[in-house]
Amino acid sequence: MRHLLSVGDLGRDGLEELLRLTDAMVEVSGRAVPKVPALRGRTVATLFYEDSTRTKLSFEVAARRLSADTMSFAVASSSVNKGESLRDTVQTLQAMGPDCIIVRHRSAGAPWQVRDWSDARVVNAGDGWHEHPTQALLDCYTLRQRFGSLEGRHIAIVGDTKHSRVCRSNVLAMQALGATVTLVAPGTLLPPSTAGWEVEVSHDLDAVLPEVDAVYLLRMQRERTAENLLPSLREYRLAYGLDRRRIGLLQEHAVVMHPGPMNRGVEIAGDVADLPCSLVVDQVRNGVAARMAVLFWLFEAGGDIEEAADV
Amino acid sequence: MSEQAVLVLRGGRIIDRSGERDGDVAIAADGTILGVGGTHDADRVIDAGGCVVAPGLVDVHTHLREPGREEAETIESGSRAAALGGFTAVVAMPNTEPAIDSAPMVREVLALAAGALCDVFPSGAITVGRRGEQLAPMAEMAALGVRLFTDDGAGVQDDGLMRRAMEYAGGISVPGGVTLAQHCEIEALMRGGHMHEGAWSSRLGIPGIPAEAEELMVQRDLALARLTGARVHFQHLSTARSVEMVRQAKAEGLPVTAEATPHHLALTDELVADYDPTFKVNPPLRPASDVEGVRAGLHDGTIDVIATDHAPHAQEAKEQPFDQAPPGMLGLEVALAVALTDAGLDIATALARLSWQPAAIARLEREHGGTLAPGRPANLVVIDPMATWVVDRAASASRSRNNPWHGRTLTGRVRHTLLRGEPVVLDGEAQR
Repeated sequence: MRHLLSVGDLGRDGLEELLRLTDAMVEVSGRAVPKVPALRGRTVATLFYEDSTRTKLSFEVAARRLSADTMSFAVASSSVNKGESLRDTVQTLQAMGPDCIIVRHRSAGAPWQVRDWSDARVVNAGDGWHEHPTQALLDCYTLRQRFGSLEGRHIAIVGDTKHSRVCRSNVLAMQALGATVTLVAPGTLLPPSTAGWEVEVSHDLDAVLPEVDAVYLLRMQRERTAENLLPSLREYRLAYGLDRRRIGLLQEHAVVMHPGPMNRGVEIAGDVADLPCSLVVDQVRNGVAARMAVLFWLFEAGGDIEEAADV
Repeated sequence: MSEQAVLVLRGGRIIDRSGERDGDVAIAADGTILGVGGTHDADRVIDAGGCVVAPGLVDVHTHLREPGREEAETIESGSRAAALGGFTAVVAMPNTEPAIDSAPMVREVLALAAGALCDVFPSGAITVGRRGEQLAPMAEMAALGVRLFTDDGAGVQDDGLMRRAMEYAGGISVPGGVTLAQHCEIEALMRGGHMHEGAWSSRLGIPGIPAEAEELMVQRDLALARLTGARVHFQHLSTARSVEMVRQAKAEGLPVTAEATPHHLALTDELVADYDPTFKVNPPLRPASDVEGVRAGLHDGTIDVIATDHAPHAQEAKEQPFDQAPPGMLGLEVALAVALTDAGLDIATALARLSWQPAAIARLEREHGGTLAPGRPANLVVIDPMATWVVDRAASASRSRNNPWHGRTLTGRVRHTLLRGEPVVLDGEAQR
């Protein structure tokens, strides 16, 4: 049974397959009636322990476009608030017979436990600081749309790399697809060790910008100042915020990305987010297709996507 | 010899602090040793052929969870696991609920331990409630026999308070004096962490605990030991630099001792890769270079003892996301085998680290450890050093199953354990 827990489990071949499937799903999504029967009769459940609007919505739309039934376990208003353990919650959910559980949890590794405790296919929709594989997939797809391939491309990931699951998944995916990655962050917001990551590390955004094909900005959580990881958001903005001046340092063809939601005026200046070089809207649009691809892939539905999409 | 032996351990290799020899061990009706070496006869003979007969093992670091967490372990179940592991004495950590921080709590634990399968000696907390704010009545607890004091589960954070604790402990006049045992971790550096901080924590996205959280407290306590002259025992050292600091302090002549756990002698942080909370422990599992450093300290004697830090947790507590599960792992039933298998000690050195040296540190030498000699209590273990076995967590006598050794093949197995002459374990089976 297939699961999608870590980008690391996919390898280059798995990623390429998912990118091809995403292509087909983009085509489906562009139709007058953007719906195919590939997962008819299947039930996809979302189990989100953290607030999320776009990711959860994106998965639900993806499931419906594949004709799957969806159910949502609303953690905030459930027995979890009465102290129910993750295991008991998963077993309760399991009793309702979902074929797939999409889980987001504040604890790294929780999706591995959900896999062990249920009979369903499991998708990691974000676990703590660890991974967010579908985000990396849609990001790499968006980059490939623009550049044709990631091979030989250089991408800077800027910001809170230490606490970022988006960063971890993207480092794995971008490198597997042939890109070079540079992490740009203050010393407090880097992982304690990048041994084995094969990334460059820099504290000088201005020096990195002329070198890269893409700048990937991470969301800066406001509470990082309370933890003394940053003196102030202002200081962060001065050193690492992407503003008009810094856009001028980029090569002509370079693009700007952000997983959302953006803190305009912190990691990205308000007037930069809407420039033509920004791919933020493409990322959101591709998110649904990428998640359709993942669901389709999980069920190994019908072998051939063209065939399935034609029905 | 007028007295008649009631039990003879026949044909073993006898190893104790004084050396090695072959022969029988004869035991009298009152549970004392009657004769060592040569041949003896009795109505009851237990075969020790091909085995090592030694003073029972002593664990200076056991969590028995009673009172307060009986769903995880009781003194009865924990002492049974201890006996199966060859231990005839364990020092129970005071982080029970409530904590062992007063004379009445010491009395309660001693009363609960009356029928245990091994001797149970409570340690006392250094501070009231283990809160690190106010000294606990150590002299009153010492008068009841407590010789080790620790806030284990946490170290005493406040530098000034730790200094006072050392000065005060040094003035407690009981036979042999008392020792302060420290769990070395600086909370300000470990707070929020759940595994060793390094390549694996970074990759797994789990908040880390740097080695320096331990090393800084080792360094501080060595400085305070120098200042006060107090005897300090370092619990579960887990980093190569901690071991090196203790090595230098011993060379300098400071009265310090140190322990290492079976898991820090063999298991690495890579085991966390599957997010199984069985491998969550404090101090955390470290990289191979630290495991090597701890092993080197064990071999050269910097590490005086192997102590289990046996820390049972109920299944529901461990079946949680990694960062929500409590730290701790079982160790009583495997410690000897790990010493022989992973740590690579010869049997005599393993016994030194697991029997007479811990007995000396815990001031239990009147009854445990030491040498086998007529008149001493027959607290004995019979070990087959060549027996190979596969650890099965379901087969444990512990109430808990957080056993990181599950499925591993180990060499060296306890066959019999005798507590004051009573065979509490025979052929690997607990007798009560």
